[in-house]
Amino acid sequence: MAKVLVVTSGKGGVGKTTSTAALGATLAQRGEKVVVVDFDVGLRNLDLILGAERRVVFDFINVVQGVANLSQALIRDKRLEHLWLLPASQTRDKDALTEEGVSMIIAELRTKFDWIICDSPAGIERGATLAMRFADEAVIVTNPEVSSVRDSDRIIGMLDSKTVKAEQGEQVRKHLLITRFDTARAARGEMLSIDDVLEILATPLLGIIPESQDVLRASNVGSPVTLNDASSAPARAYIDATRRLMGETVPMIVPVARKGLMNRLLGRRAA
Amino acid sequence: MMNLPWLFRSRAASAPVARERLQILLAHERGLRGQPDLLELLRSEILAVVSRHVTLDPENVTVKMDRGDHVATLEVDIVVPNAVERWAAAV
Repeated sequence: MAKVLVVTSGKGGVGKTTSTAALGATLAQRGEKVVVVDFDVGLRNLDLILGAERRVVFDFINVVQGVANLSQALIRDKRLEHLWLLPASQTRDKDALTEEGVSMIIAELRTKFDWIICDSPAGIERGATLAMRFADEAVIVTNPEVSSVRDSDRIIGMLDSKTVKAEQGEQVRKHLLITRFDTARAARGEMLSIDDVLEILATPLLGIIPESQDVLRASNVGSPVTLNDASSAPARAYIDATRRLMGETVPMIVPVARKGLMNRLLGRRAA
Repeated sequence: MMNLPWLFRSRAASAPVARERLQILLAHERGLRGQPDLLELLRSEILAVVSRHVTLDPENVTVKMDRGDHVATLEVDIVVPNAVERWAAAV
């Protein structure tokens, strides 16, 4: 049965689109039929991260308004036959997105795919509420930093009250994905630890993605980080997270800092 | 070497401060969640009560809440048109 998964955070710039692309690509590589849907009307970027920006002809809102049908708007990934993209509109007003329109498209996608991954825009406005509205599961992307954790808490509250599942008395299954985790800073006590974030947000951990140059490198060339260099640290973390999402039990590895020469010489201790 | 004291300085970890601030803040914010906006509710009910006796411009009613460490103060500011004072004096 199809699963609708929203990738959300409240705060911008924490790694929602990177995570959507990486999780979607890994699910597709493992044989699942996946569509990633960009909900960021007016500021779409998922097409760029997937390297499909020049192949966008029709978008989500064209389909809602009946200008195009779904199969015309869906873009198949050039590398992975099971991965598809439904781009957001770059030109329309975000009010063009309606609950009825989203409901109709999600229902149609449910008949065609195993996973429908909704890449939420930042904020708590219409785009974000509609991205989570029909979700069965949610990945909450959080950086170990005060403003991101606060916004995630707010988003968790919305997932528990403003989704169709919540209104029916059920629960959206929530997963916490900690991204941009800087091992060295965490070791020095300058960054909230994984335990701190888990204790505060009380949500099961899906994975820990280390801060890495590889993420920027992959986005530069328009490739999900898991495809660009599958052996890189963030790629391995995303692959493990995807396996957990599919129900496998994968041991959680907390990235540890390799102590630099200077630090070792000076005997700086972790606080 | 004398010019490099920063090399040896051990900074206090800031993460515990972050954790404590978040725990206090979120405990407060979670309590408010799901309730209608308290200030807006107070404003509209105060306006309704006063309007029974005095004609008011709804724009001229402000309700402010300041939260201190131990108590919160509620400040209600209502601008009453002068015509009302004359009316009150006449009664």
